[in-house]
Amino acid sequence: MNMSEDKVRYEELFKDYNFPEKIKGEIIRELERINADERLAKKVIERCYNVYLKNLMEPGEATGIVAAQSIGEPGTQMTMRTFHYAGVAEINVTLGLPRLIEILDVRKNPSTPMMTIRLTEEYAKSREKAREVANRIEATHIIDVAEIITDLRNMRIIVSPDEKALERKDLKLQDLKKKIEKAVKMDVVEEDGKLIIQIEEPSYKTLMDVFEKVKKLVVAGIKEIKRVIIRKEGDEYVLYTEGSNLKKVMRVKGVDFTRTVTNNIYEIYEVLGIEAARNAIINEAMSTLEEQGLEVDVRHIMLVADAMTADGELKQIGRHGVAGEKQSILARAAFEMTVNNLLDAAVRGEVDMLNGITENIIVGQPIKLGTGDVELVAKFFTGGEK
Amino acid sequence: MKFRMQDHILVPKHELLKKKEAEEILNVLGIAKEDLPKIKAEDPIAKEIGAKPGDIVRIIRDSPTAGKSIVYRLVI
Repeated sequence: MNMSEDKVRYEELFKDYNFPEKIKGEIIRELERINADERLAKKVIERCYNVYLKNLMEPGEATGIVAAQSIGEPGTQMTMRTFHYAGVAEINVTLGLPRLIEILDVRKNPSTPMMTIRLTEEYAKSREKAREVANRIEATHIIDVAEIITDLRNMRIIVSPDEKALERKDLKLQDLKKKIEKAVKMDVVEEDGKLIIQIEEPSYKTLMDVFEKVKKLVVAGIKEIKRVIIRKEGDEYVLYTEGSNLKKVMRVKGVDFTRTVTNNIYEIYEVLGIEAARNAIINEAMSTLEEQGLEVDVRHIMLVADAMTADGELKQIGRHGVAGEKQSILARAAFEMTVNNLLDAAVRGEVDMLNGITENIIVGQPIKLGTGDVELVAKFFTGGEK
Repeated sequence: MKFRMQDHILVPKHELLKKKEAEEILNVLGIAKEDLPKIKAEDPIAKEIGAKPGDIVRIIRDSPTAGKSIVYRLVI
């Protein structure tokens, strides 16, 4: 009866406590369940807050090391096997360790790009409508719908389309003609259902060049999308594709671009920005680990994703990214390519300020971590106007 | 049709901060704005909200651990 009033009351009690949204919600739900009065609720919240504070990372804690170990140890148990059928309709997806390396290295072209395309309401309900969208997306090569022959004697190329295939792909002979004309920059003549390209120059090489060009021609769909599979998920049809081109697919009619994703993180970064890329890294890394039956806390992955996206651009973990951009020479030398790093630093006359952890271990000084990071400071001032 | 990349499920809410707001936040955090994580001015979302280099963007993320988390990025 007075449920809603109670909720407001509980909400008020949280004023002085800096809880994260989710924990707050959980406590309120529990308080509602036991229908606690104000005194009890206050007590519960106080106790919860103390536990919450105890569980927070302390300043100076080496979170990066904890994350590295927490991902590294389960990583040793991952399968080395590269290929796997990923439950999703016969599409081959790189999984396991190779995939995890791919994510952390920010490969611009992952070995198995794949998209999950969701459709707008109008198209998501029936298989035929979904097929329509699939046809618009899937790359149709000319050899899928027509036979191409070279006529050496008359120096011409004859394209004879298969009418049934054309119909299935919802293409017209005229479309085909236009596409070919645009690609080879030559006039195409239509002759009883066949398209003929006459080569003006009597050169065998030109003929073969044009033939190769025609053969590779994509007459419909998006070049990168090699295959589309339609699957029913819940009450809507979803398209899965082999190959990925987020920018183009988003603009296809019938595609709900807000729910269309790819597993190519770099593409997400280019189209949707750094924050979306961060989310994509977390999602991809978590699903890769989970698929292998490994439980890694998201917090560790989130830390890695934060480090990779902190500068506003995607940086890989490793010597060309996060580890390679450390300011300390010794820390870089300790990671990879020791001699190169030391030599380059010497040539440039770099100075190591010994501010980090690795370099202080190397020279045998106390490191600035945990209690080692605490110093007496008379007045600490950063930021703002002086 | 104009696409708003901000509507995509992977993109958290971005807000451009006013000068005064930005100063207040830096004061609370006790840091200079160069200490914040960065976002490029060419970033598709930064462009959409019209952020210029030197501005601060507030990002409201859906966090799996905290429910909601607020972070700031400096536009460069």
